[in-house]
Amino acid sequence: MALRELNFEYRTEKPSRIEFGMHHYGVVGSGDMEVIMESMDLGGAVKVRVVTPVIGFDKVWEKVLSRFVNDNSLADVSIEINDNNSTPVIVSMRLRQALQEIKSGMK
Amino acid sequence: MMALKGIYAEYEVQRLNHGIGFFTAAIELMLPTYGNELGLKGKICKNWALNPHPTMIPAIEDGWVESIHCFGGELGMEDYVAARSDIFFVGPDGTLRSNRCYSQTAGHYAMDMFIGGTLQIDRYGNSSTATANRVAGFGGAPNMGCDPKGRRHSSRAWLKCGMELGSREDLIGNMPRGKRLVVQMQETFKEKMDPAFVEELDAWKLARNANLDLPPVMIYGDDITHVVTEVGIAYLSRTSTIEERMDAIRAVAGYTEIGLEADDRKTQELRERGIVKYPEDLDIDINRANRSMLAAKNVKQLVEWSGGLYNPPSRFRNW
Repeated sequence: MALRELNFEYRTEKPSRIEFGMHHYGVVGSGDMEVIMESMDLGGAVKVRVVTPVIGFDKVWEKVLSRFVNDNSLADVSIEINDNNSTPVIVSMRLRQALQEIKSGMK
Repeated sequence: MMALKGIYAEYEVQRLNHGIGFFTAAIELMLPTYGNELGLKGKICKNWALNPHPTMIPAIEDGWVESIHCFGGELGMEDYVAARSDIFFVGPDGTLRSNRCYSQTAGHYAMDMFIGGTLQIDRYGNSSTATANRVAGFGGAPNMGCDPKGRRHSSRAWLKCGMELGSREDLIGNMPRGKRLVVQMQETFKEKMDPAFVEELDAWKLARNANLDLPPVMIYGDDITHVVTEVGIAYLSRTSTIEERMDAIRAVAGYTEIGLEADDRKTQELRERGIVKYPEDLDIDINRANRSMLAAKNVKQLVEWSGGLYNPPSRFRNW
C-alpha cells in the first residue's frame, strides 16, 4: 500500500489568526487519522500536507479541507494529516475536534 | 444523538420499530444515557414492534419500555424474556409468543415511526438495499417504511408529522391528517468509500438483470419523511416540492457527488426554515458523540445489565 502525499494551500477572505503553538489530535487507526496543527507565519495562508493511501479522492480532500479552513477563517496554520482510509466525514470531524481542543486550551 | 433530539424528542415518538443495524442499536443503547439527559423517559419509545434485541436490555432495565411485541426470537434472550413477562408477550410456560403476522400488521398500521438504515438513496429520496445481483433486507421495511393510507387513529407523532407535510393542502385541502415517520439513517460513505447517495440505485441494474417489471425499491421518496446522516437531518416531510426535497437531501449528503451539488445559499435557507438541521442547529456538541454515550459498550456489559439472564451465543463471547 503505497502512501501518497497531497499538498494544499488556502487563503480565506476574513482570516483570523490564532496563536497556539503546536497541537496533536487523533490516532492513525483503521479508517481514522491524526492531525498535527502548528501556528506559524505563512503570510496569512494555511498549508495542508496529507499523507494517505487513498487514490482517486483528491478533489474531495480539496473540498473537505477548503470548507474547514473557510468555515473557521483559519490563517497562518500548518496542518499535517496522516490518514489511514478515513471517510470525508471522519476527516472533517477530526479537524473540527482538533480545533475545538485548541480553542478550549486557549481559554 | 441527532436522531434522539431532532426526531424522537421533537415528535415524541412512542410506538415504533427499529431496523436491524448499528445505528438503531446505538440509539437503543443511548436511551439510558443521552435519553435520560434530555429527560425523555416516559415521553418516547414506550411501545415497540421489535425482535427481542439484546441491545434493548439497558433501556428495559432503566424503565423506558412498556411493551415489545416480537416478530421472531433472538438467540440467547429466552431466559431474559421469560423473566420480563411484563414487557414481552409470553405463554404460560414463560416462552416468547412472537407473531410475525401481528407484528407486521401492527408495524404497518399502528406504528408512529419506522427507523432503519439502507444501502443507497437516490437524489429523490428513493432508497433500496438491492445490489446488482441480490435483494436483501426487505423483511419488514416495505410494510413499515411506508405511510399506511388506511390508518384512521391519531397519535401525537403521527399527527404532527402529517400536519407539517408540505403537500397536504394541495392534496386534501384543509382536512387534518397524520403521516407515519419513516426515517432512514445513513453514513454518506460506507465501507470502501462507496457513496450512499447515488445517481442511480443499483436496484435498476437488478431489475434489468432479472427482467423485473420495476426496480425493487425498499422505501419510496414520497414515503420517507426524514434522512439522517452524520452531516445532519433532512426533514423531507416539511418540503413542498420535489426540488425542495432534493435540495434538502443534497444538504445532508456530505461529500458525495450528490452532496457536492448542494447550493450553500439554499442549504442556509433550509436550515433557517428548520427543513435541514445540523448538529449546531440542534445544540449538539459533536465531541460528545463517542462510545462513552453507550449504556453498554460490549456484549459482556449487556449480560451484566440483564442480571446474567442474557445468554449470548458463543461467537459473541470474548471472555
